[in-house]
Amino acid sequence: MSDVPEGWELVSGLEVHCELATKTKLFCGCRNRFGDDANTNVCPVCLGLPGSLPVLNGEAVEYAMKLGRALHCTVNSAEFARKNYFYPDMPRDYQVTQFDRPTNTMGYLDLPSGKRIGIVRAHIEEDTGKTSHAGGDGRIHGAEYSLVDYNRAGVPLVEIVSEPDIRSADEAKAYVDELRKIVLAIGVSDAKMEEGSMRVDANVSVRPMGSSEFRTRCEIKNINSLSSLERAIRYEANRHIGLYDAGERPHQETRHWDEDNQRTRAGRSKENSEDYRYFPEPDLLPLEPSAADIARIDASLPLLPAARRDRLAEVAVVNADRAALIVDRGQDEFAFEAIVAGADPARVLVHIEQNLKDGFGAMGVDEFVRLVAMETQGKLSATQTKQVLAELVAAGGSPEAIAKARGFEAMESSDLAAIVDKIIAENPDDWQRFVEADETDANKIYKFFAGLVMKSTQGKADGKAVRDIFMQRRA
Amino acid sequence: MTIGSAFDIAAQVRAGTRSARSVVDECLAAIDAREREVHAFNLVLADRARSAADVIDARVARGEDPGPLAGVPIALKDNLCTRGLPTTCSSRILEGWRPPYDASVVQRIVAAGGIVVGKTNLDEFAMGSSTENSAFGPTRNPHDLSKVPGGSSGGSAAAVAAGFAALALGSDTGGSIRQPAALCGVVGVKPTYGLVSRYGLIAFASSLDQIGPFAANVRDAALLLEVIAGHDVMDSTSIPQASPSLVSVLDDGVDGLRVGIIEELSGEGIAPDVLAQLHAAATALEKAGAVVETASVPATIYGLSAYYLIAPAEASSNLARYDGVRYGNRVDGASTTEMMEATRTAGFGAEVKRRIMLGTYALSAGYYDAYYGKAQRVRTLIIRDFARAYERFDVLLSPTSPTTAFALGAKTADPLTMYLNDVCTIPSNLAGQPAMSVPFGVGDDGMPIGVQVLAPLQGEATMFRAAAVLEAAAGAR
Repeated sequence: MSDVPEGWELVSGLEVHCELATKTKLFCGCRNRFGDDANTNVCPVCLGLPGSLPVLNGEAVEYAMKLGRALHCTVNSAEFARKNYFYPDMPRDYQVTQFDRPTNTMGYLDLPSGKRIGIVRAHIEEDTGKTSHAGGDGRIHGAEYSLVDYNRAGVPLVEIVSEPDIRSADEAKAYVDELRKIVLAIGVSDAKMEEGSMRVDANVSVRPMGSSEFRTRCEIKNINSLSSLERAIRYEANRHIGLYDAGERPHQETRHWDEDNQRTRAGRSKENSEDYRYFPEPDLLPLEPSAADIARIDASLPLLPAARRDRLAEVAVVNADRAALIVDRGQDEFAFEAIVAGADPARVLVHIEQNLKDGFGAMGVDEFVRLVAMETQGKLSATQTKQVLAELVAAGGSPEAIAKARGFEAMESSDLAAIVDKIIAENPDDWQRFVEADETDANKIYKFFAGLVMKSTQGKADGKAVRDIFMQRRA
Repeated sequence: MTIGSAFDIAAQVRAGTRSARSVVDECLAAIDAREREVHAFNLVLADRARSAADVIDARVARGEDPGPLAGVPIALKDNLCTRGLPTTCSSRILEGWRPPYDASVVQRIVAAGGIVVGKTNLDEFAMGSSTENSAFGPTRNPHDLSKVPGGSSGGSAAAVAAGFAALALGSDTGGSIRQPAALCGVVGVKPTYGLVSRYGLIAFASSLDQIGPFAANVRDAALLLEVIAGHDVMDSTSIPQASPSLVSVLDDGVDGLRVGIIEELSGEGIAPDVLAQLHAAATALEKAGAVVETASVPATIYGLSAYYLIAPAEASSNLARYDGVRYGNRVDGASTTEMMEATRTAGFGAEVKRRIMLGTYALSAGYYDAYYGKAQRVRTLIIRDFARAYERFDVLLSPTSPTTAFALGAKTADPLTMYLNDVCTIPSNLAGQPAMSVPFGVGDDGMPIGVQVLAPLQGEATMFRAAAVLEAAAGAR
C-alpha cells in the first residue's frame, strides 16, 4: 500500500534527539536520571542561576563521538554555540548546542533493506526542562498555570539530522528502528521513545514522481511512537498533495501532530522564522579530538546491527532481511559461531528462530553444533532433536549423553523397513485397503499405520523415513 | 586611612597584637560616619562582620592561623554571589534575590580569613562608567561628593577610598575596576583573563569579565590577588595554573625594564592634566632604571567600537535568563511572553535595555557577520598589535581615564560620551591581558589621577614591579 497517490513521491528527513545515558548532566554533576521527583536533580549550573558556569562532561563527548563513528561520520574539531530564545523550560533562555562546528558530520545509516540514508550531522546539545500545563487543552496556550521541572535541563543530547532520503513511512520507521538498535548496541542511550530519551521530528514534503526538486517542507513535532511517526508522515504528505491538487501550496512551518485527532496542526507560536542569534559559547573551550582519540573510539565499537546481519547472511547464505530476526534478538553471535563450526546453516537458523526464542540457557555453541550434526546425519528425528535441545538449554550437558539416556536413537533404515514390513504383515486387510485407496483415503489410512510404527518404535522412527518406506511398498 | 594596610592588619591579627574585631569596628565607625553621603554599599553586614571577626580572634587565641587575610575587612561588588545574602547587581530585577551559593572568590577570601563587611553599589549589571546607572542611586566620590566615583565598580572603589574597608573586589569588563580606582585614588587591578575564576560572578560579557582587587596600596592589591587567583574547576575558562607569587617580587625594581608609552592613548582625547601625570610617571620609571620609549598599538583606536559590539552582544544573551520565571522580581502577564516582557521592562534600567537591544541587533540574522563577527576579527588585530609591542617592551603605560572624576549628571545625557571614558582600559579586556591603575598625582581640580600599567598575558609580576616603583615615586612627591 503506497503512502501517497500514484504520480507523487514522499520526501522526508528525520531529526532524532537521543538522550545520552551518562551518569551526570552535560555541564554539571547533577544526576542524569528519569523519573525522580521534580526539581531534585538540579544545581546552580543547570538552573542557570546568575553567576553559574558550565563545565563539560567528558563522558558525554565520548558517547557523542562513539555515536558519530557508529553512523560512519567524520569527527571534527568542534565548538559549542548559544541558541538564544525565550521559553520557561529554558533556564538561561539560551540553549548550549553546536551550530557552525558540530562534532559529527557526513555519515550514513543502512536500513535492513539495504537502502542507505545519509546523515548530515550529529551534534551535542543540552536538553531543556519539562513543562506541564494545567487547565486548557494541556498545551501552554490557554493554560491556567504551568509547572516546570528542571531535572531534565542540562541532560546531554545528540541531535541526529538525516538527509531527506526517506521515501516512505515504512522507511522512516525502519530508520528510527535501526538508529535505536545502533544506539543500544553501542550503549550510549536507552533510546526509549515512551520516556523521551529518543524523540523524533519529521520533515515532510512531496513532489511529482520522477522529479528531483525539493518542494516546501513542514516540520512535524510531538511524534511519540513509531506508529505515530508512520501516521503523521502519511497524513502530512497527503495534506500537501491535497493543497497542490487544489491549486494551493503548503506554507513552510512547524506543525504539531495531534494524536487524538490523527492530524497535524499549525503551530500557534509566531516562531516560524525565529532568529536564534547563534554565536560561539564564550564559557566553554573548543573540542579538539585527536587521531588517537578517534582510533580509540573506533576500537571500542562493537559489530553494529547492519554488519551483524551481513555477517550472518553471508555464512548462512540467506539475505540480510532473513538474518534480521536473529540479530535483533542478539542471538547472531551464537548462530555465526555455530555455522562457522560446521553446523548446517538452515537448521541453525530454524532452530534459533523457532525453538530458542528465550535464549540458549545452559547450552554452549559446541553442544548445539553436535546436536545439529546428529539431526542432519539422521541419528535423531526432528522431534527428538527438539527434546534434546530443550534439555540442553534447561540443564546443559552433552547431546550424545542426553540422547542415550532417553533411549533416542534414530532407527537404522533397514531396521525401520523390517518393522514396517512386520506391521504390514500383521494388518493385511488394512494394507489391502491402503494399496487400493485413492490418494485422499490413502492419507487417512496412512495415519493408522504411522501410529502403529511410532508405537512400536517408541517414537524413535523418523516420520519422513517411515512415510517413504510405506509409499515405496505401496507402489 | 585609619585602619592601616591590609598587609599590616593581617600580620597584626595573626600575631595576636590586634583584634579582628577592633578593625571591623573601626571600619563600621567609618561607615557610620560617611556612608550616608557616599552610598558605597547596597548592603552593610555589620553584625555578620562582627561575628566573623570574633571567630577569627577566637581561632588566633587557640593558636590557629586564619590565613593571609586574617581579620581584613573586605567589601564585595554586588554582582558577586554571596550565599544567603541579597545579591542585586544594583538592579530591580534581582532585588531581594539570595543566591544559594558563594562565588569561588568569596570562598577563597573567607577561607583566607577575610571579613566581608558589605556588598557594594555598581552600575546596573556592571554596565556603566560612573555608578549612576544603579537602580538604587549613585555612589559619590569620597574626595568630592559632587563627583562620580567612576564605574561600574564605583561602590568598591569608594569603599576603599573612604576607609570603609581595607580591600574590595570588583569586576572589570571594559575598565570597571581600573577607571573607578583612578577616579577615587586607589589601586585597581584587572588580571589576565582566566587567572581569577568567574564562577559566581554574575555575568555581563563572558569573554571580557574578570574579577580583581581594589586596595589602598600596591602590596595590598598583590596580597588579595594572590588569594583569589589560580585554577578553579568550576570555570572552564580558568587558566590551568596556580596563583602567581606577587608580594614577594614587589621590591625587585625596574632596572632595565623596557617601558612603552602607548602613543594612540596619550594624545588626543586625554585631558592635559592627566597627560602631565602620565609623563611624570614615565620619568619616575626612568629614574628607577627603566628604559622608556613610545610604543604603538595602532588597533587600539578600534577598541571602543569592537567592545561596544562584543560586550552588549554577550550581555544580551547573559541577561536573557532574567525573565521572572525562576527567581527575582516578576510582573504577571496573560501569557509567558507577556509576563517576561513586563518583568524585564519593569526590572531593567535604561542603559541595560539599551545594551541588550544593541547586542541583540549585533547578533541578529543578516547582521552577525558585519557587526559581531567583524568586531571579533578586530579583536584579533588588537591582540596582534599588542604582541608586536611586547616584542620591544616589557610593560606598556597609558592613562587609566581620559579625565579626572566628572560631576554627577555631567555625562548622562549622551551614552556615547560616557562610553568614551573606557578608551584606555578597553583594549586590555579585548586582549585578555592584565592591567592595573596606580594613583599618581592629582588633576587641576585636585582630584586623583591614575596611571595604567599594562602587561602581556600572565605578566602580573612584571606589572606589579612597575606599579610598586610608581607608587613609591608618587608617595615621594
